Amino acid sequence: MSALTLRVTEITPLSPLVTRFRFEHPEGAGLPLFSGGAHVVVEMPDAGVLRRNAYSLISDPLDGSGYEIAVRREDGGRGGSRFLHTKVSVGDLLRVNLPVNLFALDLRAKKQLMIAGGIGITPFLAQLKQLARLQMPFELHYAARSRAEAAGIALLPDLPQIHVHISDEGNRMDLGAILSGQPLGTHVYTCGPEGLIAAVDETAARLGWPKGALHSEAFLAPPPGAPFTVTLKSGREIEVGAHQSLLEALEAAEVAVDWSCRGGACGRCETGVSACHGRIEHHDHWLSDEEKASQTKIMPCVSRFVGETLTLDL
Amino acid sequence: MTIRFNDETFRDDYTFHNSPEAIRRFPFPFDQDSYMYSVNLEPHAGGRAGTPFQNRFDVDEHYVAEMKDREITLAQDPLRCQSLPHMELAGWDFLELVMVSKAEDYPELFELHRDGDRWHWINRPLGIEQRFTFLDPTTLPCGPLEYITRQTQGDHALLDQRDDNLWMDAGMITSQADWSLDFDIGMNFYEWHAPVPKAHEMGVFQRALKFLLNLRQEAPVRRLNWTMTVNPRLDTSPENYHKWGPEKRTITPETVGAKQHLRVELQTLWRLPRSNAIAFPIRCYLCSLEDIVTQPKWGRRLHRVLRDLPDELAEYKGFAVNRPTIVDYLAKFDDGAPTSPGIFPD
Repeated sequence: MSALTLRVTEITPLSPLVTRFRFEHPEGAGLPLFSGGAHVVVEMPDAGVLRRNAYSLISDPLDGSGYEIAVRREDGGRGGSRFLHTKVSVGDLLRVNLPVNLFALDLRAKKQLMIAGGIGITPFLAQLKQLARLQMPFELHYAARSRAEAAGIALLPDLPQIHVHISDEGNRMDLGAILSGQPLGTHVYTCGPEGLIAAVDETAARLGWPKGALHSEAFLAPPPGAPFTVTLKSGREIEVGAHQSLLEALEAAEVAVDWSCRGGACGRCETGVSACHGRIEHHDHWLSDEEKASQTKIMPCVSRFVGETLTLDL
Repeated sequence: MTIRFNDETFRDDYTFHNSPEAIRRFPFPFDQDSYMYSVNLEPHAGGRAGTPFQNRFDVDEHYVAEMKDREITLAQDPLRCQSLPHMELAGWDFLELVMVSKAEDYPELFELHRDGDRWHWINRPLGIEQRFTFLDPTTLPCGPLEYITRQTQGDHALLDQRDDNLWMDAGMITSQADWSLDFDIGMNFYEWHAPVPKAHEMGVFQRALKFLLNLRQEAPVRRLNWTMTVNPRLDTSPENYHKWGPEKRTITPETVGAKQHLRVELQTLWRLPRSNAIAFPIRCYLCSLEDIVTQPKWGRRLHRVLRDLPDELAEYKGFAVNRPTIVDYLAKFDDGAPTSPGIFPD
């Protein structure tokens, strides 16, 4: 996995919960450019545990002078965002993996329609900069519960195509109105909670949108769950903690597994299952329904297990 | 390093030839005495000095002549180069990749000077000097993909990535092993591979696609592919089959050594930064059988591979009609001795 060691050069609070971090090359070298919607995986050595979290890049894709991410502090999460918020200072060096894009714009679109919920605004911040360069028509809707929580407002350009919906102010986003007035050839991109993505899919289906014009990215963090044990081919057993993913447990035990997005989307960590007495809790967007039902494969980055024994092809 | 560029042709009088050094560095594709499809991808991160694997884009003694041949093909059929409108950004990505790589790897042949978006490109072998504005197509004589691939050996396809698939949405294809960009443009990975026998049932394409969808920036990969061509012809396209197809019938025991060529494609795959597209250069190397057998290991091994190849592969690769003559010729150079592992000559 190709990673760069970068220096934290700016830490800027955007809201009580969301902070922006800027990374630059320690010797000032240019960083690889990327496409809007790309993410990086940041490695965080936290008291003996190596955490790796994926964050969308929010800076200009055509500006290699630095990478910027916006991180929402999740106190109930597994600790990656808390680590960034409380233990990282300007000047620190962190390993950052090269950008990967699983949420790219379809450049064939006649118009790009972007719908963001909460911290789901992040990939669109880079895409907006890319669209400005490409001079493509777009429209963006950003929904948040309150103005204080809407960290993205500070980072959005003041343009008539950008609409902010604050539900506390009685200005809820009306998906029917947004999706019904669009020209043919529009593609819609949704990033936010699963509920928002489902609502967009449902409304679009009702209005007759073609499926190929709908794109979404759920910010999927490995969900916690009850501890469980897996068995390797050698017979070795690995314990997975309640707030640890199977992938993290394998890494902690120095079992080599390839990975990329760590969010159940890219398929890179797909692992065969040779015996399963129990039920795999599939949380990924990668395996097909048939593959999930067969219980012969697991995505260790997000999926868990309940039952007697789970033997992996590792 | 200095390269003496050959004065040679790839059509009509076929004066193409390999120097002794070019034969030694030919990318012989078989690492064992038999062949079957596989997803034989490895990192394209350099290789043994002097081989075609050493640099990102190999430049050899055929460079100038190959670019002249491309010019002739394009003049007769401009549809060999196409780029759907959404692929222009990928074209710029690819132009940058080639210019930066060549200027770094062959500083005596190519120079690139960049001042922000104002670029200055010098290509000494072709006598080209161009000042232009990066990402502004009005400052180049043609689109970015066509501009740079008129100066880069090999065919080049640009693949757009969307809907968990790859789409052949742009390319410069003038030295192909019997496939057509004009026919394949807009197709996805499964569609353009549909004619390949056996590999679908083996699940080769599903595995390859999964791998490629995850291809990372700055981590290009490569593989070798091969076929057989009569006469050293680059443009073996379906459009011109009437010109080269009949030449297969000119193979006799007397002519096979000089006319029958092993055609090897060094294929590389690159994730492009701004467009998230994949660049797919397919570089063609030709070597006659009589030149191949100057390396005894290759003579022995090629005989065994072609003798034992399944019929449908010989059919698909288009040399079934001449296989007995080829195998008889090569048999004279196979004394049954064991061959060493790997592709390089002893």
